[in-house]
Amino acid sequence: MAAIRPDDWNLPLFLHLLGAMVTVGALVTAAYYLFAARRTGSLDMVRTGFRTLLWVALPAFVVLRVAAQWLLDKEGLEDSEDAWIGIGFTATDIGVLFLIIATVLTGLAVRRAGRAQAGAQAPGTVGTGTTVAAWLTGVLIVAYTVAIWAMATKPV
Amino acid sequence: MYDTLLFLHLLGAFVTFITVVVFPAYAVGIAPSKGSFALGDWAWNVSGVLLLVFGVWLALYVDGYELWDGWILGAIVLLGIATAFGARARDEVLAQLGEGGEPTAAMVNTWHWLRTASVVAILVLMVWKPGA
Repeated sequence: MAAIRPDDWNLPLFLHLLGAMVTVGALVTAAYYLFAARRTGSLDMVRTGFRTLLWVALPAFVVLRVAAQWLLDKEGLEDSEDAWIGIGFTATDIGVLFLIIATVLTGLAVRRAGRAQAGAQAPGTVGTGTTVAAWLTGVLIVAYTVAIWAMATKPV
Repeated sequence: MYDTLLFLHLLGAFVTFITVVVFPAYAVGIAPSKGSFALGDWAWNVSGVLLLVFGVWLALYVDGYELWDGWILGAIVLLGIATAFGARARDEVLAQLGEGGEPTAAMVNTWHWLRTASVVAILVLMVWKPGA
């Protein structure tokens, strides 16, 4: 591969890989905290899951997606109908919706908990939103594992 | 065969970044828990096995690559260095978990970012393959 890849593809490929790896690392970390929060009722864990999604997964996702487009342009594959490119687009374009929904749901859960504490109310459970966010994050991990397989094996 | 080896090697690289993301949380003041520490620790060990086993296998399998190519040797050395840095970060977190002492976030941070820099340097070698 190195022998046939032009040098000017390397930077977008590096950024694409780095963005993808940080995104997946952040999703697994967030999933751990959100599922643990469901089990323990810990709002600190919901907050850590929310921050991981907002500050790590979303920015890394932007790097992954922009670099992917840059790479496609370099390779002249913008109009390709190869299966591996389709899998990549599906995982990222639908996946970003899941990512945004999970981030918003956990953000709302953290905000509600803050208001409950400010009003001296019982904080209660971590909420349905956290559960939904945890499962959405889990689905994203599976989808991105399939995308990694597609990028490595490049089925047509 | 090549595709499977590449997928498993690449999967190892992705798993490495679970550790890369888990540890900085401790540096921004989040108290380490046994669960999150186990996740980061497990990810590093699993990724190390996947990277080394399937990376070496790839180097032997692909015509034109040799184990003693500079970029491959460099990556193996950097993985060793990253593991050494990670062990220091790990010891800091273990001390907090075991003794319940004050968090030494600065030390976790320092060792962990040195490990992360080594991991990113490996990725640079894998993409640019200098000398290949």
